[in-house]
Amino acid sequence: MDNVRILTAGDCAVSVEFGQEISLEINHKVMALKTVLEGEHIRGIEEMVPTYCSLLIQYDPMELRYGPLCEKLEELVTNLDYVEMPPKQVVEIPVAYGGEYGPDLGEVARAHNISEEEVIRLHCEPEYPIYMLGFVAGFPYLGGMNKAISTPRKESPRLKIEAGSVGIAGEQTGIYSVESPGGWQIIGRTPLKLYDVNCKDPVLLKAGQYIKFKPISKEEFMAIAKEEFRAMENEH
Amino acid sequence: MSIKVINSGLMTTIQDKGRMGYQASGMQVSGDMDRYSASIANALVGNEGDAPLLECTYMGPELEADEDVLVAVAGGEPKVLVDNKPAHAYESLILHKGQHLKVSSMEEGTRAYIAVDGGIDVPLVMGSHSTNLKLGIGGAEGTKLYNGEVLNTGKPTDLAKAIIAGKSHVRHTDHEYMTHHHLWGENHKGDIHEIRIVLGPQDDYFTPEAIRALNGAVYTISNDSDRMGYRLEGEVIQRATQRDMITDGIVFGSIQVPPNGQPIIMMADHQTTGGYPKVATVISADLPLLAQCSPGSKISFKVISVEEAQDIYVKFRLAMKEQIALMDKEAEDATEEEEAVKAEDAKEMEWPDRRPGVRNYNLKIGGQLFHVSVEEIK
Repeated sequence: MDNVRILTAGDCAVSVEFGQEISLEINHKVMALKTVLEGEHIRGIEEMVPTYCSLLIQYDPMELRYGPLCEKLEELVTNLDYVEMPPKQVVEIPVAYGGEYGPDLGEVARAHNISEEEVIRLHCEPEYPIYMLGFVAGFPYLGGMNKAISTPRKESPRLKIEAGSVGIAGEQTGIYSVESPGGWQIIGRTPLKLYDVNCKDPVLLKAGQYIKFKPISKEEFMAIAKEEFRAMENEH
Repeated sequence: MSIKVINSGLMTTIQDKGRMGYQASGMQVSGDMDRYSASIANALVGNEGDAPLLECTYMGPELEADEDVLVAVAGGEPKVLVDNKPAHAYESLILHKGQHLKVSSMEEGTRAYIAVDGGIDVPLVMGSHSTNLKLGIGGAEGTKLYNGEVLNTGKPTDLAKAIIAGKSHVRHTDHEYMTHHHLWGENHKGDIHEIRIVLGPQDDYFTPEAIRALNGAVYTISNDSDRMGYRLEGEVIQRATQRDMITDGIVFGSIQVPPNGQPIIMMADHQTTGGYPKVATVISADLPLLAQCSPGSKISFKVISVEEAQDIYVKFRLAMKEQIALMDKEAEDATEEEEAVKAEDAKEMEWPDRRPGVRNYNLKIGGQLFHVSVEEIK
């Protein structure tokens, strides 16, 4: 296949790169190769990390050497168009916009000379593809934001951004999965936990899924947060 | 059983081989920085190689045993004290009830591993016991050890029971085993340590001159280095293109080059993904040595092929297995030798001695009767 490169990442990993741009087409190939390899159960492959345009494959050279692995991968990447992929999954993320949950909503609206309601409408419109997770546990890298609301980062970053905060940084939108410092424009917050070590599945989202934001009121936020807490206690 | 933390040391955490299987979710692997020393320490007390143990940095902890327990310390030539008396690293030590084990400093390294028989008993979090300080999970409470903390230990191993009961010899091993087998260089303070690397995945982001210069280049590990990454100071690695790269996956040992051209080697607590090009990757067999290099240490890179690196990897893994097998054998040999001596002693007690050429006498000396066998030695 054109443009596919198998890059060496030390003696225990290779990175299969399908191009150097952020696009759904390329990301689909990454996910397709991951799906194929999961089905092949190749002895020695230990873990795979999909990113925007590459699949990192970690393996144990005691079981599988570089040469044979590359040969196998070269064979597999030629047939990715025929891979049967899991059906499209859209995860709804309820978000309370503005106010204490989204202190920068006003700033974003003013930057584009539109109303706060319009920012919310434009932000809730698309289905955002999750290209990858990284940076910290459960943090999704999303594509597909409307450029009409793209806004530069804050001049000076905040020391603490609550987990669940939904923000805009340039042309990207994202959700903070854990509390951390950061410079994104925070326009809302979801009561869902993207990362919760006490859950059976500690990370809510997966690369390859889509996100749809749904605006909710402050009261709904509280009700869902309470429900999440109760569910967590039950699992314990 | 449990051990009490009298003094936690500078930075002591509970680790195992790491949290594998969740990197696609952005979860760091963490785990031991020096997997080799950790495996050796565990083997010395009869644990599985990945049993949870203590990793300490620069200044280790002081621990108190609440019952007789078997412990072992391995790593960067740690100074070990039992009740303030010098004891050996790379040897299993019986710590009697109430005794204190102290790992005071590292002579020629950075980290030491303290294994306790049965392992440190902490819950599994996402398949691992490793402490992840950033997320506050794993280990005992997701934190580093603190003074006064009580750590439970797992079910004692058969080996530990036998050694504590005096039925088996303590285990010991040669801490220079890998050096003797030419699998890595000697590790002395002030040495320039050779660290072997494999080029890629993004070596094409740098000038051919920079790539050529990388072979043999000497870098100093900066003070700004920790379990997440080692920042290096030295020759700038020149970019051939200012093109941004798109974030991709990182491994333990990836050498990232940020815009200032000063490389950063990603260590055990590294993030799963990153956006700086990675010029090369440290070979797995040299990661334990690198983990023992402290800020101020000098390292020099040697570029090798991925095939060579994998040959070394396989040799290294087999040598490690052999080293652990030898512990068993040496302890067994020592036990056998002791039994042979005992048997010999027992034989000498037999009287009359029926062997040919041996004459037996009853001698009365000072009113006491002695059985004596006399053998002529030619």
